[in-house]
Amino acid sequence: MLVSSNWLQELIDISSYTPEELAEIITKTGIEVESVTPVAEGVSGVVVGHVQSCVQHPNADKLSLCQVDVGEETLQIVCGAPNIAEGQQVAVAKPGAVLPGNFKIKKTKLRGEESNGMICSLQELGVNEKDVPKEFADGIFVFPENVKAGADALSLLNLDDKVIELGLTPNRSDALSMAGVAYEVAAAIDGEYELQEEDVPYSNEAAGDFISVEVEDKQANPYYGAFIIKDIKIGASPLWMRNRLTAAGIRPINNVVDITNYVLLEYGQPLHAFDYDRFNSDRIVTRRARDGEMITTLDNQKRELKDHHLVITNGDEAHAIAGVMGGAKSEVQEDTKTLILEAAYFEPSVVRQASKDHGLRSESSNRFEKGVDPNRVERAGKRACELLAKYASGTVLKGAVSVDELDRSENKVSIETSVINDRLGTSITNEEIADILRRLQFSYEQHGENFDVNIPTRRGDIELFEDMLEEVARIFGYDNLPYTLPQGSSQAGGLTLEQQLKRKVKSYFEGAGLHETITYSLTPKERSQMLVSPEIKRQAKSPVALAMPMSEDHSHLRLSMLPELLQSLSYNVARKQKDLSYYEVGTVFVSNEEQVTRQPNEILRASGALTGTWISHPWQQEKKEVDFYVVKGIVEGLSAQLDLSFTYEKTKIPHMHPGRTALVKSGDKEIGFIGQVHPKLQKELGLKDTYVFDLNAEELFAQYTKEEAFQAIPRYPSVSRDIALVVDEQITSAAITDTISEAGAPLVKDVRVFDVYQGEHLPDGKKSLAFNLLYLDPHRTLKDEEVEEAHDKILTAVKDQHDAELRG
Amino acid sequence: MKERLEELKQEALEKVSKSENVQSLKDVRVEYLGKKGPITEVLRGMGKLSKEERPVIGQLANEVRESIAAAIDTKQTRLEDQELEKQLESESIDVTLPGRPVRVGGPHLLTSIVEEIEDLFIGMGFEIKEGPEVETDYFNFEALNLPKGHPARDMQDSFYITEELLLRTHTSPVQARTMGQKNGNEPVKMICPGKVYRRDTDDATHSHQFTQLEGLLVDKHVRMSDLKGVLNAFAKQMFGAERDIRLRPSFFPFTEPSVEMDISCKVCEGRGCSVCKGTGWIEILGAGMVHPNVLEMAGYDPKEYSGFAFGMGPERIAMLKYGVDDIRNFYTNDIRFLEQYHKA
Ligand SMILES: [Zn+2]
Repeated sequence: MLVSSNWLQELIDISSYTPEELAEIITKTGIEVESVTPVAEGVSGVVVGHVQSCVQHPNADKLSLCQVDVGEETLQIVCGAPNIAEGQQVAVAKPGAVLPGNFKIKKTKLRGEESNGMICSLQELGVNEKDVPKEFADGIFVFPENVKAGADALSLLNLDDKVIELGLTPNRSDALSMAGVAYEVAAAIDGEYELQEEDVPYSNEAAGDFISVEVEDKQANPYYGAFIIKDIKIGASPLWMRNRLTAAGIRPINNVVDITNYVLLEYGQPLHAFDYDRFNSDRIVTRRARDGEMITTLDNQKRELKDHHLVITNGDEAHAIAGVMGGAKSEVQEDTKTLILEAAYFEPSVVRQASKDHGLRSESSNRFEKGVDPNRVERAGKRACELLAKYASGTVLKGAVSVDELDRSENKVSIETSVINDRLGTSITNEEIADILRRLQFSYEQHGENFDVNIPTRRGDIELFEDMLEEVARIFGYDNLPYTLPQGSSQAGGLTLEQQLKRKVKSYFEGAGLHETITYSLTPKERSQMLVSPEIKRQAKSPVALAMPMSEDHSHLRLSMLPELLQSLSYNVARKQKDLSYYEVGTVFVSNEEQVTRQPNEILRASGALTGTWISHPWQQEKKEVDFYVVKGIVEGLSAQLDLSFTYEKTKIPHMHPGRTALVKSGDKEIGFIGQVHPKLQKELGLKDTYVFDLNAEELFAQYTKEEAFQAIPRYPSVSRDIALVVDEQITSAAITDTISEAGAPLVKDVRVFDVYQGEHLPDGKKSLAFNLLYLDPHRTLKDEEVEEAHDKILTAVKDQHDAELRG
Repeated sequence: MKERLEELKQEALEKVSKSENVQSLKDVRVEYLGKKGPITEVLRGMGKLSKEERPVIGQLANEVRESIAAAIDTKQTRLEDQELEKQLESESIDVTLPGRPVRVGGPHLLTSIVEEIEDLFIGMGFEIKEGPEVETDYFNFEALNLPKGHPARDMQDSFYITEELLLRTHTSPVQARTMGQKNGNEPVKMICPGKVYRRDTDDATHSHQFTQLEGLLVDKHVRMSDLKGVLNAFAKQMFGAERDIRLRPSFFPFTEPSVEMDISCKVCEGRGCSVCKGTGWIEILGAGMVHPNVLEMAGYDPKEYSGFAFGMGPERIAMLKYGVDDIRNFYTNDIRFLEQYHKA
């Protein structure tokens, strides 16, 4: 809502505040002011001029040479506007004047003729293009009524105004009118305002002789009033009215349209004027539209209606979509003589649906949708009649013809001072409450500390005690509320075990050299199905899709964070950032339904993606690219952090390198995978070798047990032995490790690979694996023979199970 | 003989002190303390002495021996230390060469902000609650006083999956769910951070996915002044002790009264500047007293229980605190952006 401060001053005395001060007060007591904008900032030196003569410029076809009376003198001005003519009263920027954009007017010569100033268009004076009346769109502005030569044109054109823009929340639709704003300001500054009574000069003829009204759906349309105004003369509306419309961002058109718009701004009640003769009937019937019924609206669009739309008809065909837009057929035109003026109440939800269906949001629908004041509907009609009589020479026929089942009763809300104080933490007195109600202009009955408050119908948002609590609080002032801390039951706040573990995992990753990222949950369909961990893939029937995505890029919920992580890597590499190590802890969305009907299972996962150089320390000849074992090391470190033991099995996953991908298990549960991204995908993304991991964090947390007991440090020495075995190249180190641990139990406590060799001195298809074994008995010192015996058992076992030979 | 021993001692000590290396010290040791040395000689001649003199001279000879040996040992340690020092000196390295780099990562700026706020409210006795990102229409809207057809649903155009399921548009459903678990007779004191989604086209100030952090306290006799006190404590810790707060009226369907909280502008100290659009204040969060309909739907009697709730956007807070000027920065994961805020 755009509020002209000059107009507001006419309604309520705000002269002791600057618009900026007033804005601050309004913001603190009720409605946020978004901006205070001068209509024409820094414009000066513009006066009214009377064009005394206007002849063609001797040296230029398109220019005119004018003698203009500006009060104290007559100036010769060269003007290029096509609509300039002798006898006009115009706005003249005299030499020394300043126009918007700090444009200074100087004496000059144009094609050999002296020009002492400029005759201005509205645009040149800073009026928005869209608010300029059509007749002045391509030329200078001409005053529609007599104004004195030399008078201040800026104030006549309201260009000295400042516009206060209110950011209205949906509950405060009462401030969608100047009257509503004036009531609000009156409460805020403790001023005085009341909406003036209308004064309509009715003729003796009765409107009922010209029109009848029938309403079929009284729920959707509880009040419909029709006024008849004869003898209309279409013309320009008065300058003051045009100025106010312009300040509110509405383009002046003609007196009839301007008056309905003016009353809409003044009362907050949308009105509609039909051309009586073009309406072509003496009966108005409002009803639900028929499915498929057609109407051509004022914007010349043919629109198909549905049976939930409400229409205004002449008993036969639709002439308006109720509350949204009128029909083209009965539009008011230059030759209109008689008007039907509609003042009606339409059910908010009916208008909302229609405006949504037709994509038509207007000043009118916006107000109906939020609910207009039932006590102002008919009054607004009267106000328009009053103005039509005055400014369009209309004759208003007696009595509005109406169907009226509108509930105009006031809400009653009871408040108790002690409860108010209990809720606010204040000690407001009964007298203060009474004073606040007086400022709000809410009538009430008081019994001690109980107030039965009558809520004026303009404040339809107030229904409950809490609504009144807010009214009292905001007028009392939030600044006056004390600072207290909650007194109630105390609890120890804190993190749950899972929340602690999540933080622990994150800080582990960060310590291990990974950067945390946050990527989008919504991805393109294709990506939502990529790089999905096998155990997730088995549960997920299909990725969860949005019903109406905004774009293909964000249409499906992710089943893996890796595709978006790879996109992030790709984004960076394209910007010459090549060494990257990213992780994300977030949820993936797993639905086990083909067609989703239930909430998907949201599973917390920890994923990472690494590419480029891992360590670069050139002067000591150390440089390491990210490889499988860098990523595996990070994952192993994680298992150590959580005191879990992971196992790794070679596997194949689409879009992953077929020879460098492993399934990760914790206990006997699959928890995810690690490996290299398939070189084809790497190439598509512009990535060098890139390694990823994707783990089920939720499962890891579930397996985590907080180890409370202290493990004694061994008191007896351990014995270390190395063995090098020659085996088939397909045999994994994990298989041999398992055999060693099994055969060496219980003395073998640890088995580590320390060398892998393949090549010279070994037969083709064979490799050598060297292990370091640690023997320990926690209760005594081991004897050599015992170690020998265990060692022999191990050698036999690896020979039997893997055909492993001791390397000579 | 006594004189001879004293003389030998003086002679030996002088040689020790003159020795410049371990070898010459060894020579001194052999010369004076060896089996053919002069002290042994003296002791061999003791037979000529009287019974009374013999132990006296014997003792003296031992003392001389020991003091010479001690002097040699001391000197030897010193010489060895000097030699080691010299050798180590020759092993000098260039301490200004760069060290072997250690890879260090770090948290995302939003995580840092969220965890900072979490810790702050944990300190005030709040719990952290989480909930699903795919919500039911009931918990996202209806339980929060936003029945179907409510105009305020326009304010948060949403990503629906089915008619009944959508990506949550705020974290408030976590509050509704938590309250619902309390059977209407237990207090709630929680904050809920998380991802939320709205139908916005991504630009410098909009993101279809963003973060929200909301708080809720429900108990008997919760006052609006408690909300003001808690928010004030939060603002002072988060933005600095010298910041003031103000509440001004606003509207949210799930609170009544509803307010927005501003903090005084840090840039201009409240005088008005371009950052605060001349007002001296910067909007930080929305809050209010829990709407009685919301309490009722969760099973509380609004006459007996009251509560307050507040909600804020960590992105906005990060943008204000660290001058991030484009919300997309939080989601493009440019390494140069991520690394800048690891100390945040
Ligand atoms: Zn500022």
